[in-house]
Amino acid sequence: MPFDWIMGLAGGALIGTAAALYLLVNGRIMGASGIIGGLVDGSGRHNWIERAALVAGLLIVPMIAAIAMGGAQTHLTGNWAVIIAAGLLVGVGTRLANGCTSGHGVCGISRLSLRGIVATVFYIGAGGLTVVLFKHILGVI
Amino acid sequence: MRILVSFTVGSLFGLGLLISGMTDTTKVQGWLDVFGNWDPTLAFVMGGAIVPMAVAWRLTVGRKPVLAASFPTPPEPKLGRNLVLGSTFFGMGWGLSGLCPGPAIASLGFGGAGGFVFVAAMLAGMAITPFLRARLDHRGVTV
Repeated sequence: MPFDWIMGLAGGALIGTAAALYLLVNGRIMGASGIIGGLVDGSGRHNWIERAALVAGLLIVPMIAAIAMGGAQTHLTGNWAVIIAAGLLVGVGTRLANGCTSGHGVCGISRLSLRGIVATVFYIGAGGLTVVLFKHILGVI
Repeated sequence: MRILVSFTVGSLFGLGLLISGMTDTTKVQGWLDVFGNWDPTLAFVMGGAIVPMAVAWRLTVGRKPVLAASFPTPPEPKLGRNLVLGSTFFGMGWGLSGLCPGPAIASLGFGGAGGFVFVAAMLAGMAITPFLRARLDHRGVTV
């Protein structure tokens, strides 16, 4: 089994453990877009400290780990128009759908939620078609 | 205590995203690129995450959270415009950039200027969504 797949499984297990901890201890769903979105649109005002603490861990710990590992690459495109359009689409889309890869994907599919499964089918389908169009046909990314 | 748990959850989440390779946009776009050099890593990440979470959902039956009054009530299993249109928009942005909200934050500390611009645009998109949703409702847009 390729090393990347093993690291994928191990990292995935950490993500799932984090989501399990958040559910069983704090009684909440670990959905990145919901946690961040609630800080932005004011809907999470009543528990903003918990949201901010989670976001702080999500930001600081990988930064320290990346430095300890001698640096990590994101390989994000240098095309600013693509970055801005993608950011807007991810922001609007995840809030409109009320979930992203962590909320609908990890937390939804694991309880066999129909909404989570349908959302995942649509975002993976749209993502796949977008890569085909913009990489293989238009050659933009 | 809940704040400390939240910080720990975010830390494990971020560490998992980093070591699984999900902060590397080429691995995510590689998963979506079924007609190119397809990279199945994301399926292993999803699988690895879903298993402990499925166990956690089982453990919620007949119990209460340690530090909360109750578990969240699942939303009505309603499939509608917001879910379908929103997930389609999200998938388009995810395919274009290789970033979704979790990894976007997790890679802010080492990803350079592009990551900041992406997160700024994402936060702007999140901020305007309540107004956009109201416009769609007002016009009666359905899918």
